[in-house]
Formats: sequence, structure tokens, C-alpha cells
Amino acid sequence: MRSSDGHIFVLLLPLLVIAGFALIALVDRRQGRVTGPGFFARNGVGIGLYLLLAVSFWALLVIVLPQLFMVEMAFRPKLPPAATGGPRDVYTLENFRYFLYGSTTSTAAWNVTHLTAFWKTIVASILVTAGNFLLCYPLAFYMAQMAKAARVRLLLLLLIAPYWVNEVLRAFAFRVILGTSGVLNKLLLGAGLIDAPVDFLGLDVGLYAGLSYAYLLLMIFPLYNAIESLDGRLIEAARDLGAPWWRIHKDIVIPFAKPGIASGCTLVFMLTSGALAAPLVLGGPRSLWFTPIVYDRFYQAFNWPQGSAYAFILLLTCVAFVLAVLRLGKLSLGEITR
Amino acid sequence: MTAASAKRAALGLYIGLFFLYLFGPLLVMGISAFNTSSYPTVIPFEGFTWNWFLALANDKDMIYGLQNSLIIGVCVVALAVPVGLAGAIMMQQITPRARGFYYLVVVSPVLTPGVIIGISTVIFWRDLTTTLGSRLLYNGDFLTVLGQSSFISAYCMLICIARLQRFDRALEEAGLDLGASRTQIFWHILLPFMRPALLSSAVLAFLSSFENYNTTTFAILADKTLTTVLAGRVRQGSTPAISALAVVIIAVTICGALLYEVLKRRDDARKARIARLASKAEAQDLAIA
Amino acid sequence: MTEAVELANLTVRFGDFTAVENANLRIQAGEFFSFLGPSGCGKTTILRTISGFIDPTEGAVRIGGQDMRGVGANQRPTALIFQSLALFPMMSVADNVGYGLRVRGVAKALRDRKVDELLNVVALGDQGGKQVDELSGGQRQRVAIARALAVEPQVLLLDEPLSALDLKLRQHMRNELRAIQRRVGITFIYITHDQGEALTMSDRIAVMNQGRIEQVGDGRTVYDAPDTGFVASFVGETNAIPGRITATADGEAALETPLGVLRGRNPQTLPVGTAAQLYVRPEMLLPDPTTPENRLSATVEDHAYEGNLTHLACRAAGLRLTVLLGARDRRAPPASGASIALGFAAGDARVLPVA
Repeated sequence: MRSSDGHIFVLLLPLLVIAGFALIALVDRRQGRVTGPGFFARNGVGIGLYLLLAVSFWALLVIVLPQLFMVEMAFRPKLPPAATGGPRDVYTLENFRYFLYGSTTSTAAWNVTHLTAFWKTIVASILVTAGNFLLCYPLAFYMAQMAKAARVRLLLLLLIAPYWVNEVLRAFAFRVILGTSGVLNKLLLGAGLIDAPVDFLGLDVGLYAGLSYAYLLLMIFPLYNAIESLDGRLIEAARDLGAPWWRIHKDIVIPFAKPGIASGCTLVFMLTSGALAAPLVLGGPRSLWFTPIVYDRFYQAFNWPQGSAYAFILLLTCVAFVLAVLRLGKLSLGEITR
Repeated sequence: MTAASAKRAALGLYIGLFFLYLFGPLLVMGISAFNTSSYPTVIPFEGFTWNWFLALANDKDMIYGLQNSLIIGVCVVALAVPVGLAGAIMMQQITPRARGFYYLVVVSPVLTPGVIIGISTVIFWRDLTTTLGSRLLYNGDFLTVLGQSSFISAYCMLICIARLQRFDRALEEAGLDLGASRTQIFWHILLPFMRPALLSSAVLAFLSSFENYNTTTFAILADKTLTTVLAGRVRQGSTPAISALAVVIIAVTICGALLYEVLKRRDDARKARIARLASKAEAQDLAIA
Repeated sequence: MTEAVELANLTVRFGDFTAVENANLRIQAGEFFSFLGPSGCGKTTILRTISGFIDPTEGAVRIGGQDMRGVGANQRPTALIFQSLALFPMMSVADNVGYGLRVRGVAKALRDRKVDELLNVVALGDQGGKQVDELSGGQRQRVAIARALAVEPQVLLLDEPLSALDLKLRQHMRNELRAIQRRVGITFIYITHDQGEALTMSDRIAVMNQGRIEQVGDGRTVYDAPDTGFVASFVGETNAIPGRITATADGEAALETPLGVLRGRNPQTLPVGTAAQLYVRPEMLLPDPTTPENRLSATVEDHAYEGNLTHLACRAAGLRLTVLLGARDRRAPPASGASIALGFAAGDARVLPVA
């Protein structure tokens, strides 16, 4: 298939899916499985049009088609504009080959730089996610089950406030503290604990601290919401029965808060692995995060198909993570996106 | 020391450390904005100055970026709030067989990394505008609004769905029964009911848009917003002017939070008064009967 | 008299479930008409079909002689008072009452006058500026009534509107509803599962069971002369004695029962040999009877003194019987375990098919 036909296919695909569902709906109505007024009878023509147009604009032009176009581009070769649509414009795996082997043709050597960066990103994101969970769980539990209402409101306000300071500035704050002439080094030098400044940023301490800091809120809120809906009497009952504190959490609170935990972990993982600001600001010269590499494919190498392929790989990773979390927790998508 | 007080002390220490982690960096950065030292630091505090704020006010790129961020924020609110509302209403009305699939599609932007949303938006509109032969829509501001709206609309939709679930369908039927048309019911009954959700959606949409970096940095193309200018500056080197910007944003945030608290208290007081009046009326009723 | 509402062979199905089966009914203009039945009997479906929220599967609804097929809920000359009242929480009391006029494009000045007038009718004259949330349950009830009356409906439909109220207030509101209906003179169609409400307020009652209308009549008829076993046992308390008809004569039937041969009215002229039940109200079972017609003896198991009357729980030949003794009966009630002679007139009992 020529890639020019690919665009037509990609444009038609969502329309075919919609048509399929419309057909099913029509059959359901015909056979009396669905009753009541139809869509326009229920909303009126004006409002009905607004609903249809707004939702189809959003779902098609803003969400689905851009994603499909990106995926489609990931399978195309990088060609000069003149060769587009020509005989060389066919679907190919060369962009993925480049990711693995560092060359679009040869498979002789691994693309160590990119693969290491990818691997490090995934592992670090998982560690940051786990770390955030451990950091936030006690506070979420305290707010949801122990603290008084007024105290909780104050804590919530305090938690939200730092998050309207944008990501770039939050990362910058860590640079002020952890830089070679930053506050921490000055303190340690002053106290005589070290003789020469420590390069915290080069050691990636800054990166991990900044990443964990950046998405703390997105872990604590789902946890808080989930634990808050747990009936406190259950915990008291377990305590009365003599359960030790760790069993109460393991057997009662955590199973109950599972959707919230899954939701928090998914969000933090997705945001961390896709983070751009923190790696750019806090990454040392040797710490390659995957997202800046993707960025460079576009705006340094000007190789859009390759950039698309890299973005697609990142997307697949996130989808895999979401599916793994859903599978592990035996949850549905609706439960973790509340 | 008893076990209980040890526990309390441990809890207090933990919460203290947590909030130190949360506010420490911001505090240090904030103080560094007033230090005359040309590298942002608090040790040693060489002297107090407002100069970094002046530098910020004279930074043309920053001011331009700020204006652009405000424009984009307003456009995102104007687009994402109505779309999110429509998405929430559609969620209720779509044929049950398609509901799960529909939800998956419209919620997916929330779970997609921002950079991917930015990249895909740029690719799609570049191809589309090339095919259509007009580059008018291949514009950084326009693409940023679309890219951001993709997930911000989903936030708005989730807020609206939560509110919509508490809507009593009998209100709609009551309106219909009294002779209102479907359109009138939407404007007179549904929309006023959704007002709190729409307001919080609007605030959330604006703030999310204003502070967004990942999607924006791709979608903005050659143009600039405050965050992209900022990111550029930070990569070039550290200057206390950046800290000064943080101080301004923090100050605005604190004012916003205080305002929110005041409004919330006032609303709580109003609700309490209404509840009191209702129970008084109830007591009077029973006395008559 | 003209018909306000007519149901002609009305059937409503939801998928495989039949909510209303072949209902035929004429409700007169100015009548206070009630549908009485247990929950799930189809009464709410009938109401919602009349108001236009549900389309009939078969048959027709006519209002003022006109077929309502294809006429939307917002174009029918009916107004519905919802069980939840469905007052608009985002509007003031006056705006709620005036809403129907507002969507009809009535000018503000005229609308305000009408709203004031209606608020006076329901004794809420000074409450127009309040928010709905500030009102008591009884006041909300009145707002709902005023709001429905504002559109000058031919028919007012009420869906168990009193069920959320406190018992005392509920009784008070019964009188008030009846008074308002007399004052405005339009047809009220009232839905309830509470026989007390139906009996005290209605001109006529339709008793419903499992989607069917079992009997239509005024309160006295439904209570004293039930057509079916369901009506006899749903409206008021009754004693059911099973048996087989052995003889019929003069509109009466003799029934061979475990308690001997008993006689009662035979309204459906059931033939000899039919298995049937004899229904007799507890207050018609008299102790130490003087009438010779139907006599039986029972053992008192328990008695409950309720002030204005005494409830006796008896047993005879394995059947439970309930007897009511009036307050005027000054004799000491028989002790538990005592034997008691009971009797009733054949005219006070009804022989009906097994339900």
C-alpha cells in the first residue's frame, strides 16, 4: 500500500467505526430493545446539533485523527518533499529499526544510547511512581481517616497551592537548591561536611527529586479520595478484633483503595515517563531521558517520521503500563479515571 | 514518653517533612528572587533588592509570552468547557453498546503523555493544511489551543459527569410538563444546574492551559508562550529573574486560594442559613397540622 | 358531564414486560379520580402515559375528546405533580410557580400578578422571594401545586405527592388538596398506594393490580362491594374463607367451607361447583350473634386494644380470622384461649373467585 492511500484509510477508519455503532443502535431501536425519544427529539434540534458537532470535533479532529496520523507517519520513510508520494514512499519499519540498531538499514549493532535512555526512563519512572506512593500513602490515610474536617481543608489547600506554579519553575527550584553553587552545597561546605561541591545534578539526584516532586499531587488526590470513602468503622472493627496496624492496611485499606492507587500510579507513571521540563532543566549532561530524545528527533534532526516512531513507542509503553495496572488490580478503565 | 505520644510525634515529624519537601524548594527559590547575588541563591544573602522584578517586567519575550499564554488560556476555556459539557451529556445518551468505547476514546488524552498529544496535533494539522492547500490553520496558537483542549476537555467532561450524575431527571420532565421546549429546558434548567461544575471546569481549564509545557512546546511551533520562554531561559542559565517570576505566580496563587476560601466560607454560611430556615418552617408546619 | 380523560384499550409494554394491559376508563371533568394499587401495579405508568412521557403500545389516550397520539408532553393540557415534587432548585419560589407562564411567553407584569394570586391560593402569599431549599416539606408541596395550576391545565395529575410528608401533615394535606380541587374545579387524577388517601379524597377510585384495572367505583362501592378478591383484600382488612359453591339463589351463594356452610352475596353469579372464597370484613363479624344466617365458633388467640376499637385475632378450623370490636362494646373482651361464637349477615359477605 502506498502511503498516500494510507491517509484515506486513516480518515475513513473512525467514520466506519461510527457508522458501525450507528447501525447497531438503529437495529436495536427497530427491534424494540431501545425505546424512548430519539436523539433529536430528546435534545431539540439546536442542542442536539451542538452536542453532535462538539463531540465529533473533539473526538475526531482533536483526539483520534491526530493520533492515527502520528502512528501512520511512524511507518513512513523520511523523504524530501519532492519524493513524497513517489515510488519510495511506501510503508517501512526503518524508524523502529533505527531505534533498535541506530541505523535504518543495518542490524549489526544495538542503538545503545537510545535503548539505554528508554530503559532508564521506564525503570526510573516505575521507581518514582513507587516512591511517590510510599511518600503519599500515609498522608492520604491521615487526611482521609484521622484528621478533623477543618484540618483536612487546610491541608488540601496547602497541597494544591504549589501545583499552580508551573512545571518548569518547579524544576528550576530544585536547580537553585541542588546546583553546584546551590543552597545545599553551600550549606554542606559551610558545615564542613564536604570539601568540594557535589554535582547533584550530574548524579541525577536533582532529576529524580524533581520528577517525584512534580507529580506528588496526582498521587495524593486519588489516594485521598479512595481512602476517604472507606467507612472508618471497618477499621475500628478490625482494631477491636486485634488486627495489627499493618494488617489493617494490607487487608482492608489497600484493597478498598485499589482503584485510587491504580489511578494515582497510572497518572504519575504516564507523567513521569513523558516529562520534558524536569529532564531538560535538571538532567545532567550524561543523563539522557527519553522524551528529550523524542523532542530532538523533531527539532534537531528534523526527522518527523522517526520522531513519530519514538513517540509511538512511548505511547505503547504507557498503554502497556495502564493495561498491566488494570490487569494486576482487576479493575476497569472507568474505575481509575474518576 | 508514652507509645501514643511517640506515635503522634512521629506523625507530626512526617507531615512536617512532607510539607518541607513541598514548600522548601519554592521558599528557597522565592527568597533568592530578593537576593542581589546574580546567581539565584540564598546563602550568602548578599543584600535585598527588587531589581530582579524590574528585570522581569522589562523582559519583552516574557511579557509577550505572558500575553500569548493568557490568550491561549481564554481560548481553551471557551473551547474545552462547552466540549466537555457536550462530552458528558453524550456519555449519558450514547447507545449503551458504544458507551465503553466512547469513554475509552475521550478519556485517553488524560492518560497520554503531553508530548505525544503535542506531536500528533502538529503532524495532523500539518498534513491536513498541506492537503487543503491553505496554511492558515497551521498556526502555533491555534494548534496549542487544540492540543491542550484534547485533554483539558476530558478534565471538564469528568467534572461535568460527576455533577450530571446528581441531576434529577424529573426536573427535565417537570419543565417539559409545564410546556417548555427541549431547548428551553437546556438553557433554563440543565445549564443553571451545571453552573458550579462549569465554573470549576473553567478555572481548571485556564490554570491547566496556563501552566502547560509538554504539549505546548510542540504545538506552539515558532511562537512563544510564557512557559516556553521560561524553559528557554532556564536552559540558558540560572538568573534570579526566573525566581522573581515564580514569586509573582506564587503570590497570585495565594491570593486565588484565599479568595476561594472566603467564597467557600460565605457559601457554607449561606447554606447553613437556608437549612436553618427550612427546619424552622418544618417545625411551624407540624404545629399547624 | 363531559369526559376529561379517556383510556381506550390502553396497553403499555416495556420489552417483554406488560406494565398496563387493556385499560378502559372514562374520567369525568371536575372529578377527583384516584388510581389505587400496590407498587408496580402500573398506576404510575398510566399517569405518565396520560402526561405524555410514555407512548402507548396499543390503544389511545384522549383528553377532552382529542386523541393525544403524537402530542408531546409539553403540549398536553395536563400538569403533573411529581412524587419528588421536582421543584427547580435554581429558581425562587415565584420563578418556579411562574415557569410555565414564562415558557408560554406571558408578559412579566401579568405573570407576576398570576403568581401572586396562586401563591395566595396555596397560602404562601409572602414566600415568593424565597429559595426552594428554605421551605418546609409542606410548603414545597404547595409550591408544586401552585406551579402546576399556573398553566391552567384541564387535568392535574398527582403522583403520590404526599408520600414524603410526616403522617400528621399528610392528613392535613389531604383535606387541603380536596379543598383546592373544589375551589379550582378541574379534574384531579391521583395516584396512591394508600387506601386511606384514596377513600377520603376521591369521587371515584380505580383499583389496579398487575397492570389491570380490577374495579372502578366510588369509595363506598369499592370497600363494601368489591368485585374481586384482590380488591376485597387490598382495600381495607378482610377475612377470606375458601370453599366450594353448593347452591345459588336470589343473588346469594352457599359455600361449603371448613367452617361449615356459609352464605354470602354472589355478585358475579358464580355457578354451583366453583371453587371460591368468601370475604367478610372484620367489623362485620359480630360476637354473640343474634342473626341465624352464618354462625361459627372460633378460639381467641390474641387481642390488641387500640383505644377506639379492639382487634381480636381468632382461629377456626385452621383459618385465621380477624374481628373488630367497637369502642361501644362495653363487654370485657374474651381472654386468649377462650372460645367465641361469631356470626355475620349474608348481605355483608361476598363470594368471589379465588384470586
